[in-house]
Amino acid sequence: MNIQSCVEVRNEWDIVKARQSGRNIAKELGFGTVDQARITTAISELARNIYLYAGNGEVAIERVENGGKLGLKIEASDSGPGIKDIRKVMEDGFTTSGGLGAGLPGVKRLMDEFTIDSKENEGTIITSIKWLR
Amino acid sequence: MDKLVIQLLNESRERIYTRWMDEMEKVRDEHRLQSITDKAYEETNQELFEIIYTHIEQNVHKPTDRMTEFAEHLMKIGWRLSYITQGLQNFRRIILAVLLDANQSNEKVFAMYDEIDRWIDPIVNQLINESAKNWENTVSIQKVALQELSAPLIPVFENISVMPLIGTIDTERAKLIMENLLTGVIKHRSQVVLIDITGVPVVDTMVAHHIIQAAEAVRLVGAQCILVGIRPEIAQTIVNLGIDLGQFPTKSTLFKGMKTALEMTKRKMIELE
Repeated sequence: MNIQSCVEVRNEWDIVKARQSGRNIAKELGFGTVDQARITTAISELARNIYLYAGNGEVAIERVENGGKLGLKIEASDSGPGIKDIRKVMEDGFTTSGGLGAGLPGVKRLMDEFTIDSKENEGTIITSIKWLR
Repeated sequence: MDKLVIQLLNESRERIYTRWMDEMEKVRDEHRLQSITDKAYEETNQELFEIIYTHIEQNVHKPTDRMTEFAEHLMKIGWRLSYITQGLQNFRRIILAVLLDANQSNEKVFAMYDEIDRWIDPIVNQLINESAKNWENTVSIQKVALQELSAPLIPVFENISVMPLIGTIDTERAKLIMENLLTGVIKHRSQVVLIDITGVPVVDTMVAHHIIQAAEAVRLVGAQCILVGIRPEIAQTIVNLGIDLGQFPTKSTLFKGMKTALEMTKRKMIELE
């Protein structure tokens, strides 16, 4: 069984599409309603970041396995301006767009694993995993 | 069109017809037309073929009224436009074969084919344009319809209004929510507004941010917001995200919110003996 999907993010409706497919996959993998909501919210945040800051990019969602553990991996990638100061964006309340500044630190708390890989003027890849308990 | 081409096409009409029908049978699955009876499919094919031929007879380089009507009718009953465009493309392909069979010189064949190309392309283009226009029209009408449903403010009791939100909140809708809230609050002289998010599938930081802003704006015009319909899983994600919704009261259901709203306006629900 190999469940995966990849959604290109170019406009606001693609965000909805990305989280819809995330919710479906989460449901299929057997996540409960609370974790489904966490995963969809995380996808929504990451996809919105792509839309807001990079203009376009893609969100890939797939099933991962590690030592008998089953999980769902979100990979949000873009070739936008990149993140200048990663430590800063992980602080609660830091925002450059007038939002709440809870997006990235929020995603980290919503999910189990979280890594950012970003180079200025080259792009950003954020990978995040939620394990099925 | 060149008289010779027309003559050739008229002479070999039967031959073209049988070959064309064969081709159309092959592409039937592509257009998801398996559910249509063989007879209906054949008749439609026949009609399309005749219509294509009327273009030749009338020597026109754009879709005739009959073609446009035919296309519109097919689209209305759920056929794809690609059925017609493919019909025209098959027609072109077969004509080329017929031309080659006719033992003309290569240059002649090329010239004739070029002419047919220039004849068919505008027809295809205009059909596609018209269908795209139709779609755009439908989408824009639906957009307006959706906007009307988007964020209604309903005055329930004197001084108490409810705004039920259902579905995804995007930037455009968030703007509408804010506008409707503020104009509604003033129009209905509401003291308390209940915003019900039971039907909102995902509450992320953007949605929360818009709700907070709307509540703050409502406070500025002298009313109070209560956020209701917070499902348990939404409550958990809001906490995980670290969003502070402490500036206004929140309740799990519309009913509980309504009770609080009545208390705030110094009223209460009682059961009649």
